[in-house]
Amino acid sequence: MEPLDLARWQFGITTVYHFLFVPITIGLAFLVAGLQTAWYRTQQPKYLRLTKYFGKLFLINFALGLVTGIVQEFQFGMNWSDYSRFVGDIFGAPLAIEGLLAFFLESTFLGLWIFGWDRLSPKLHLATIWIAATGTLLSAYFILAANSFMQNPVGYEYNPATGRAELVDFAAVLTNKVTLVTFPHTIFGAFMTAGALVLGVSLWNLVRRPDRDPDAFRTSGRMASIVLLVAALGVAASGDQQAKVMTDVQPMKMAAAEAQYETRDHASFSIFSIGTPDGSEETFSLRVPGMLSFLAEGDWNATVEGIDNLQSGYELMYGPGDYTPNIALTYWTFRFMIGIGMLATLPALWLLWCTRKGRPLCVRRFALPVAIALPLLPLLANSFGWIFTEMGRQPWIVFGLMPTSAGVSPTVSAGEVLTSMIGFTLIYGLLAVIEVRLLLKTIKGGLPELPQPATDDTDGGNPTDPGAGPDNDDRELAFAY
Amino acid sequence: MELTTVWFILIAVLWTGYFVLEGFDFGVGILLPVLGRDDLERRVMINTIGPVWDGNEVWVLVAGGATFAAFPEWYATLFSGFYLPLFLILVSLIFRNVAFEYRSKGDSETWKQWWDRAIFFGSLVPALLWGVAFGNIVRGVEIDADKEFVGSFFDLLNPYALLGGLVTLSLFVTHGAIFLSLKTVGEIRSRARSIATRTGLAAAVFAVVFLGWTAVQRDGAEHFGWFVGMAVVAAVALLGALEANRRGREGWAFVGTATTLAFAVASLFTSLFPNVMPSSLDDAWSLTTTNAASTHTTLVIMTWVAAIFTPIVLAYQTWTFVIFRRRIGVQHIPTPKGVASESPQAPARPAADAAT
Repeated sequence: MEPLDLARWQFGITTVYHFLFVPITIGLAFLVAGLQTAWYRTQQPKYLRLTKYFGKLFLINFALGLVTGIVQEFQFGMNWSDYSRFVGDIFGAPLAIEGLLAFFLESTFLGLWIFGWDRLSPKLHLATIWIAATGTLLSAYFILAANSFMQNPVGYEYNPATGRAELVDFAAVLTNKVTLVTFPHTIFGAFMTAGALVLGVSLWNLVRRPDRDPDAFRTSGRMASIVLLVAALGVAASGDQQAKVMTDVQPMKMAAAEAQYETRDHASFSIFSIGTPDGSEETFSLRVPGMLSFLAEGDWNATVEGIDNLQSGYELMYGPGDYTPNIALTYWTFRFMIGIGMLATLPALWLLWCTRKGRPLCVRRFALPVAIALPLLPLLANSFGWIFTEMGRQPWIVFGLMPTSAGVSPTVSAGEVLTSMIGFTLIYGLLAVIEVRLLLKTIKGGLPELPQPATDDTDGGNPTDPGAGPDNDDRELAFAY
Repeated sequence: MELTTVWFILIAVLWTGYFVLEGFDFGVGILLPVLGRDDLERRVMINTIGPVWDGNEVWVLVAGGATFAAFPEWYATLFSGFYLPLFLILVSLIFRNVAFEYRSKGDSETWKQWWDRAIFFGSLVPALLWGVAFGNIVRGVEIDADKEFVGSFFDLLNPYALLGGLVTLSLFVTHGAIFLSLKTVGEIRSRARSIATRTGLAAAVFAVVFLGWTAVQRDGAEHFGWFVGMAVVAAVALLGALEANRRGREGWAFVGTATTLAFAVASLFTSLFPNVMPSSLDDAWSLTTTNAASTHTTLVIMTWVAAIFTPIVLAYQTWTFVIFRRRIGVQHIPTPKGVASESPQAPARPAADAAT
């Protein structure tokens, strides 16, 4: 394989892997913050125990999100140096700002949250998790602004003297219409992901360990179900907007999403189809008439441009070449994203129904496999969504501006890329196994017991007053690695 | 002052912050098998950096991001050119960071041993390789007319750069040992103090030879006088740190090694300026603060962002260090339920090193 193919595979593998942890981090940070707030307000021990339980799962997940994020930042320079040279003037700024505004905030305040239980006042300690959670949102915004520039370059001018794209309007980059629809779609997706995880874990505990804290898990299960359902509505609404924006800026991606070759009015949407893999000939399909027109333009009778038309248009604009993405991949990832994502709402509806008005969980045989499968569904949907978005943009790395093949590092050898690709893949695989085992162990451990409040206060300071004699204090740390 | 110069200085500041902060947690990681004689002691060591290592590490991410934003050509050439060293650094950081978080979440001896190894090697390799990388940047590497690195991996392993690696390694170990002596009580504290003296002397020798060698190489460079001045401050601060350590003035010793690291980084950047990555093939092909920079528009925006947010970051990171300033010892480490607490009400533990 050429360095280009290897670099693309490496980017795909490391990015999809990274994005398994990102949405859990974003969503769970807020859910844990919500649980801790409930404890702060009500002082009910179950909320504190849930905070610590899901907080531990959050941290196990965060560790991998963090380390795989470092790879992402380095990777642009390592494998995509010509891309970095070409767009660095625009693309570098949101990455740097993400670090300075968001990443510092997340890392520092999570450190304070993890170790600060006995060092900070309860109110200040609660604030640290909210600040860290806010950091994850800021982080997502700047990264999506950077990605949206690749989808729909705005606020730039090509400078023939330097041979690169240069920034003219940073506000336009930050308010790119693709960013404005992708950000809510991604964040709602993150809340669905975290909701599904908390619901799955709660359900598992309720079914497998019915005698152990059923009340607490009923609370967390219902809370997660509501989060999941509200987020699902948000995902659908923002996804609908996104399809319209995408039809406008990358009509080829949306035509490929339906494998529609000819331009049509009142275009139908196929739920699934059987035929050649690229959809050029089909033997059977289940279709909703006018649906594609509605998804693309908000009008059941609107004209939707087909692949063939777009291809010849692009040849006129950009010269001879193939401007179609991989149709089969684009077609199916689009459907899997929607189908699998929406499937995740069913267990939430069921749980809310069967625990309504204070009822205990109506245990069903299928509940256990559902609890185990549920957290995986949004993760899969997220991955398919990103594969669709990124593969649907091909053959461009920056749409209409730079082909992917022109972005790769010219001096990095295939052997070097292969080394790092195999290296990262093996390490990521190993860490996935370790992480899943650790998550399962923590989940099976159940809610932690709360430590008994200290009875003798003779040798230590007041927990709310960390200024009291830090060196002459023999109390154990509230938390230690 | 030109904005390109401002950003050159800012990137130097970010690397300084990284070396001063992550320097000590690399040092603690490397000393883990040396100073920590049992699991409890190793946990004490890890917990001295527990709340802060993650925030420390962000400095390098921001340094990388800022280089991308302000000097895209520098970022592109550096990261694609130093491909394998950076890959090794990434692998090390991955294992090390996961180790901090996961080590305490399993019980078995093997589990902890493997993560201890990850912390040791994950700290050792970057501590060495960052020095090698900086050595190569200062020395100059093969950069062609298209600003592309055309050298090979083995060119990066030259004696000067390897010596640079030994400088960062020995300085970080010393810095970490002094940090440990400042943050612990009991035996670890005295052991850390005595090892700091030994590694500090080695660091002093390496650093003086390296900075002297740099002086020979960069003689006649634009700001040579400044370079020499800063290098001398770095060396004097290190000797001061060792003397303070010998007298048991741990706070001053830490200020000393932090100053050494800061001035060592500053002196290297000064010796580079106005280059950011000199070409060993032809001076005209060197990357400079002007030919590698972003446009004025980008630099203006980035300057505003940095001017507003850097002080805020410094304020809350400093506050974190204040919150977690207390010394810890084996008596502070919570023992897992049902293991040590089985013996009913262990007698009051001796308050080790209560003198301070």
